[in-house]
Amino acid sequence: MSDDILLRMRNIRIDGKTGDDWLPIIKGVDLDLKRGEVLGLIGESGAGKSTMGLAAMGYVRDGCRIAGGSIEFEGTDLAQSSVAYCRKLRGKKIAYVAQSAAASFNPAHRLIEQYSEAPVIHGVMNRNEADSDAADIYRRLQLPNPDEIGFRYPHQVSGGQLQRAMTAMAMSCRPDLIIFDEPTTALDVTTQIEVLAAIRDAVDQFGTAAIYITHDLAVVAQMADKIMVLRYGELVEEADTRTMLSAPTQAYTKSLWAVRSFKSAAKVAPAPDATPVVSLRNVSASYGPVPVLHGVSFDIHKGRTVAVVGESGSGKSTAARCITGLLPPTEGEVLFNGQALPPSFKKRNKDQLRQAQMIYQMADTALNPKQRIRDIISRPVEFYLGLSGKAKRERVDALLDMIEMDPKVFGHRYPQELSGGQKQRIGIARALAAEPEFIICDEVTSALDQLVAEGILRLLDRLQSELGLAYMFITHDLATVRSIADEVVVMQHGKVVEQGPKEEMFRPPHHPYTDLLLSSVPEMDPDWLTGLLAARERGDVVGELPPA
Amino acid sequence: MTDISDPSALSADAEAPRVEQETAAKRTLRAFRSAPLTAWFGMIVIAVYIIVALFAPFFAPYGEREIVGDQFELRSAEFLLGTDNLGRDLLSRLIYAARNTVGIALMTTFLAFSLGGILGMLAATLGGWVDQIISRIVDVLMSIPYIIFALLFLTVANTWIGQMDDPSPWLYTLALILIMAVLDSTRVYRLTRAVAMNIVVMDYVEAARLRGEGLLHIIRKEILPNAVAPLIAEFGLRFCFVFLSISALSFLGLGIQPPTADWGSMVKDNATLVSFGEIIPLYPACAIALLTVAVNFVVDWMLHRSSGLKE
Repeated sequence: MSDDILLRMRNIRIDGKTGDDWLPIIKGVDLDLKRGEVLGLIGESGAGKSTMGLAAMGYVRDGCRIAGGSIEFEGTDLAQSSVAYCRKLRGKKIAYVAQSAAASFNPAHRLIEQYSEAPVIHGVMNRNEADSDAADIYRRLQLPNPDEIGFRYPHQVSGGQLQRAMTAMAMSCRPDLIIFDEPTTALDVTTQIEVLAAIRDAVDQFGTAAIYITHDLAVVAQMADKIMVLRYGELVEEADTRTMLSAPTQAYTKSLWAVRSFKSAAKVAPAPDATPVVSLRNVSASYGPVPVLHGVSFDIHKGRTVAVVGESGSGKSTAARCITGLLPPTEGEVLFNGQALPPSFKKRNKDQLRQAQMIYQMADTALNPKQRIRDIISRPVEFYLGLSGKAKRERVDALLDMIEMDPKVFGHRYPQELSGGQKQRIGIARALAAEPEFIICDEVTSALDQLVAEGILRLLDRLQSELGLAYMFITHDLATVRSIADEVVVMQHGKVVEQGPKEEMFRPPHHPYTDLLLSSVPEMDPDWLTGLLAARERGDVVGELPPA
Repeated sequence: MTDISDPSALSADAEAPRVEQETAAKRTLRAFRSAPLTAWFGMIVIAVYIIVALFAPFFAPYGEREIVGDQFELRSAEFLLGTDNLGRDLLSRLIYAARNTVGIALMTTFLAFSLGGILGMLAATLGGWVDQIISRIVDVLMSIPYIIFALLFLTVANTWIGQMDDPSPWLYTLALILIMAVLDSTRVYRLTRAVAMNIVVMDYVEAARLRGEGLLHIIRKEILPNAVAPLIAEFGLRFCFVFLSISALSFLGLGIQPPTADWGSMVKDNATLVSFGEIIPLYPACAIALLTVAVNFVVDWMLHRSSGLKE
């Protein structure tokens, strides 16, 4: 049955250029894909997943080259083919769906114009046929108003809709193979469900083969027929989805599977009359005339972690900006150890500023690329604590030790010479350097791979028990909430919809919105998506956002 | 340089120590070694100009203002490039002019950068009405054509200086430098503001603000180090523009005042010779062109490096 094989990659090797040297990115991987089959490629960033996906189109990024091996697509070796031949295939026979739909659409053209582009260029359809075909595909992908939505511009539809429009665009020529490169990573859990369901249906209906690249195992479990695990450009393990999930054989695969097992130890509940470290009292705020927070109140006690969850735009980060004083509230007040803080950070004194520190989501933009690690950490030490000379140096060394990084190795480096996880650790050290009582962690793990993220969570947990810190943990990832939170605040449309201790939050009955959030978190069970969609159809669980 | 293509940088194994450690000196050395031929050409030409300008009396066979022969003498062993309209040695004047033209252009550019750079940083960091006021003033200055504006101001300034009892010739030069610097600082302001705006929104600047840092610290330690690469590249380009404008103004008679040697006015003084088939006015013109091209080669290379483009 060799005719069944659509794509056959043999001993593929790809090099990337670093300075004057070629370093291998993919080190000889084989891949077979039958018609209509969905292959999940998983691994951490830098494992070579995307490079592999692009190579399936006979394409490599700038500064990379195919060093060896063959890429047979329908019997023709793309590694040996001309650029012109590959170009004829791309878009027509092989399509690509990128991670960020917002960055992949041309903002100056309507969706439907971009949809029709590929079929018209490849001569599959003329313009009118393509336009009516677009409505059909939009309908299949369950986009609202399929006849009309194509005439909108990319900024006029939501992120989830845009991702589906992009999938539709990939489908326009009815390709034999579609490569999905992390299509749902940038989306909220509730939106992710819609996109996953739409992609799966579309792939099913047209019998399209697909390579689905992701680092989220639970997602790949829903989508793929078989899974390949990559690490450092090498194949770790390959098996069909059910076997892989139930019985992984390699140690690395098992460690990926076990990542979500971390749980912080239960902490003693605060005394009922204890003064919370931070307390929001009926805080409302607005950006210009647009109100974004409506009477938000919650307390954060010493040594405890409050997770604030909700979708993007729910006001989580705005609440943090009110606490730090970047956005003075229009109403209500922020108390620190029972004392009201001045609304704007400009009016706060040094000690008030020192007490509340912040760790950012993107360590890349949170650390000044022109400052050495030692300078970044020593600035708050000298600014707040007035240390200098030897005392300052020793304090910085102690801080670096605290985040498990060797001061001798890392002290004189620049941020770009560190990995993502290391940069985030430096962000933590900078916050600790001020010796605060309270730290805001703004999505600190969402840009990191699961293994690295777990390391950061463990570190934060250890620091909390050693130093008695209070954390406000902003996240949209409920798995993180499960592992680190003591209390949970659920936000939607700038209001707190539910709050309480973690155990209560994860036990029904829920507020409908909490229920929706909880039920949308993908599970490792390959039947989860099918089951959930069926249940939502029946009305057992909430499938729609309740009106604001 | 972010090594996106470097697999070890992205490896998830967070604790794996990263490869070699480079000192700043090594980095610079490697940068120079990888410089393209054009950049080398540019650097050598600039170096020659600097040496000639610094040691002008040593290289020049005659004095800058010395009348040593007849008018418009031809090339000879005595006068390698001939003499000019007043019988001064052309080669000597060419060498001294390197000092004047380049020196004045350099001072003007420095001044323009200090003024425009500081205002641009302030506007970007403070925002609000400070930004509005400075930006609108700059808009007004920029809305009037550059050369015409310069001519207007120089005429006013020169008349004013001329009315003084015993005006020092340096006053004219000072007026030229100040006027050109102010006009050029508007362009520098716009660039600095745009560059700094992109940096101000970074989380590390927010972190510094939240720490309670003062304006000076934020500008000096957080913003400036990240803005310096595009500003240096712009410095090279600006220098060329200023230098050409000064030559143009000298050619029009309002730039560097005689008898000080200057390439622009040397072209003007000897321009009549072109109609006799002589190439003498082209020597100072070539001096201008060569330096401009050389500076641009170096700037191109620096821009390429600062943009982080690889290959």
